[in-house]
Amino acid sequence: MSLTVATYTILVLSLVGYLMGYRWAKNLERGRARRLHSRPHYHGLWVALCMLLPATIAMLAAIALRGAVIDWLVLQQMPESYLADKDRSLVTTRLWTIARDQFGVTNVRDVEEAAAARLLRLTNLANWAIGLGSIAISFGMGVYALRPLSHTFQARNAAERIILWILVACSAVAVLTTAGIVFTLIFDSLRFFSMVSPTEFLFGLDWRPITAIREGQVGQEGSFGFVPVLVGTAQIAFLAILVAGPIGLLSAIYMVEFAPHRVRATAKPVIEVLAGIPTVVYGFFAATLVAPLVRDLGNAIGIPASSESALAAGSVMGIMIIPFVSSLSDDVVSSVPNRLRQAAYTMGATQGETIMRVVLPAALPGLVSALVLAISRAIGETMIVVMAAGLAANLTLNPFESVTTITVQITTVLTGDQPFDSPMTLSAFALALALFAITLMLNLFALQVMERYRDQYD
Amino acid sequence: MTDRSAGATHRYRTAGFDAGLRRRRRRETVLKGLGILSIAIAIGMLVTLFGSIFWQARTAFVQTQIGLEIDIAAEEFEGGADATASAIKGASFRGMVRDALYDRLGGRPDSRAARRDMGAIVSADAPFQLMQDVLDNPDLIGQTRMFWLPASDDVHNLVQGVIDPDTPAADLPVGERVMGWLEELEAQNAIRSAFAWDLFLRSDSRDPEVAGIFAGVVGSALMLTVTLLVSLPLGVAAAVYLEEFAPRNWFTKVIDANIRNLAAVPSIVFGLLALAVFIRVFGMPRSSPLVGGLALSLLTLPTMIIAARAAIAAVPPSLRTAAMELGASKMQTVTKVVLPNALPGILTGTIISMAEALGETAPLLMIGMIAFVADPPSGFLDPAAPLPVQIYTWSTSPERAFAAKTAAAIIVLLLFLFLMNALAIYLRDRLQKKW
Repeated sequence: MSLTVATYTILVLSLVGYLMGYRWAKNLERGRARRLHSRPHYHGLWVALCMLLPATIAMLAAIALRGAVIDWLVLQQMPESYLADKDRSLVTTRLWTIARDQFGVTNVRDVEEAAAARLLRLTNLANWAIGLGSIAISFGMGVYALRPLSHTFQARNAAERIILWILVACSAVAVLTTAGIVFTLIFDSLRFFSMVSPTEFLFGLDWRPITAIREGQVGQEGSFGFVPVLVGTAQIAFLAILVAGPIGLLSAIYMVEFAPHRVRATAKPVIEVLAGIPTVVYGFFAATLVAPLVRDLGNAIGIPASSESALAAGSVMGIMIIPFVSSLSDDVVSSVPNRLRQAAYTMGATQGETIMRVVLPAALPGLVSALVLAISRAIGETMIVVMAAGLAANLTLNPFESVTTITVQITTVLTGDQPFDSPMTLSAFALALALFAITLMLNLFALQVMERYRDQYD
Repeated sequence: MTDRSAGATHRYRTAGFDAGLRRRRRRETVLKGLGILSIAIAIGMLVTLFGSIFWQARTAFVQTQIGLEIDIAAEEFEGGADATASAIKGASFRGMVRDALYDRLGGRPDSRAARRDMGAIVSADAPFQLMQDVLDNPDLIGQTRMFWLPASDDVHNLVQGVIDPDTPAADLPVGERVMGWLEELEAQNAIRSAFAWDLFLRSDSRDPEVAGIFAGVVGSALMLTVTLLVSLPLGVAAAVYLEEFAPRNWFTKVIDANIRNLAAVPSIVFGLLALAVFIRVFGMPRSSPLVGGLALSLLTLPTMIIAARAAIAAVPPSLRTAAMELGASKMQTVTKVVLPNALPGILTGTIISMAEALGETAPLLMIGMIAFVADPPSGFLDPAAPLPVQIYTWSTSPERAFAAKTAAAIIVLLLFLFLMNALAIYLRDRLQKKW
């Protein structure tokens, strides 16, 4: 039985449960002087929720566990002689490939054939068990839910209590997502670090994520030194903030302090349009227009320039984060209280002096956190660098040369055709962990500063 | 100003003071000028970006077609004029197109290389289009008719001026004799430019001249459906809990901090999460709109929650008290009073986060949505290549004609985004109540 059928069955059962609860309550009400505690549809709702929720939760949990259990069962049945010198996770991956008949696997042994067949049989069996099991749970809960229905049963309170728990669960999804991210990244990074030493990763100066395709291949030992990737990322983010910082800050200052209302009302939304453009569009712009321009510029001034220069990717990324910087700084500058400005004017300062000597120093912490948030955004940005920056990890600070970034390497590593358990594929998770940690620290720092800044003037 | 002797109040206005003031004012003007310059640069960049994309896309909206008198001879088909569908599929349409080309261009060339070059004037897809025409209308068998078939990408680029025909012969993608044939075709009025319906009605292809975005649009639509179905209920439920029910305790604080941090997590990380959880643990199919949609739901959830919370917080407390006064429970107040009044704000937030999801690319690459997809997905589990991914894969294709296609696909994507944002602004202005 397909799980889709089971899902629909449970939905239909719950609907039937709702109608039964409703009718039941209506019948209780009919011909008696005593009124029900709750309106009939709350009785229906109570029954339906009881039938729907536990069954759904059980089904999802069972699906999550299904794969691991089946893999374990199948491996248990395989002869020791076959498993002796093999990595178990590689074996299951291979068995699944055989079972799904993908990629035209060759040299399939009889043992593998049998195990793959078993894998499919067990999956089928598991789906039946999960489907029937959750329908049974739904049915049982329906019977349980119908029993207490009476005049005194507080169906509204009961149903609302369940709904409240649903709301709590929905809010917890945000926490679960964070937990999921942290857990996945750490789990797979640990597997990576069991193959590559953390010292090599953190201090190595050479990044060539290649895995030997055949065993004992010469010259195909990958090296996983994180430093050039980090330097490349920092360089591109720095170039981006070099573009976006001044432009964003100056335009925000102008719009808050000088601009007539009409100019502000038109210019601000126009600049915000930059924020709504998908990053893949910026990537195309960088690759087709800016990169050739930068290359020609470099060649014109006598610096040999790559057509995938850091400067091209960095400056386009800078354009992308202009609205980010300008709208954050706009908020910060406008939240500087007017009494500070008025005090400065009273002392005879011009408007320009007031801005430079009073408003900006007062707004400094907020502006710093705006810039930090923008840097964090630039570090995590993917498509622009994938399309316009390089793949090779050169350890250089020359903006005309090609460098690579963390996000580029994650994408390259994961979109290639590599077995899942190679150090190359797993290195993506170590990179992502580094990316997550760096951006998280920057964000926490910025939010902290911003919060303290807000408190100061509230 | 000039009256220096006017009184005690003006005694400080010496010549030095005035010069100083002028200097100070000049600095202010510089600051102001820099501000205007920055805004001008930002807007200039926006204009350059749009301009460059529209300029590059101009040739993708037309299709260069070659007019050929094709003899669909009955003897080419098994069963003659009453050929079955499978017999039609078995016929050599390639040969018919070739022969029509030879007829047009003064006979069958002697050398093999020349024949190959001549054949390459029309798209490799042209015989299939002809086959489709015959399948749709079997009466064509036994007739000789004029057909307009798409030209190959190199010919298209030459005719539409993407490649300047006057460039040195060595840099041209086609040989000298092909240039001669093109002139001949031009002279016979057998080359025309038609609106490129293929761009919208067909799906991805290896041949840029007939590649289209239909599968991409369908893939994006399916994916956004999943995202909407997951993130709207989740987001509204979480917002309702946090705004209306949550006690002020550590759990609420943790959720709050989490949502703010999630909003700033790089999107690519959500792709890795989806890869690990939905594909590896739950065993959902790679490249499917289901997995893509779920990844985007997690990505847009913080935006959804923040928007929905703002909308709910904007409903005046007096309405809540009034409802409770009438005997409604807290939950009834929320569903019957608060949510209906917060609906416009929630809708606006939803549309904006859907627009955000529509343009997102990086997490989709992580879950394998980069495969070549020639047929529009027909369900949530089929492999799909949503529009932004299509843009990415086209932009990395070596064929030159794909650059224009990429720009055209970008224009379509931007158009969708523009419409969504316009709708959001319209709803906000129209439906939002002023309390």
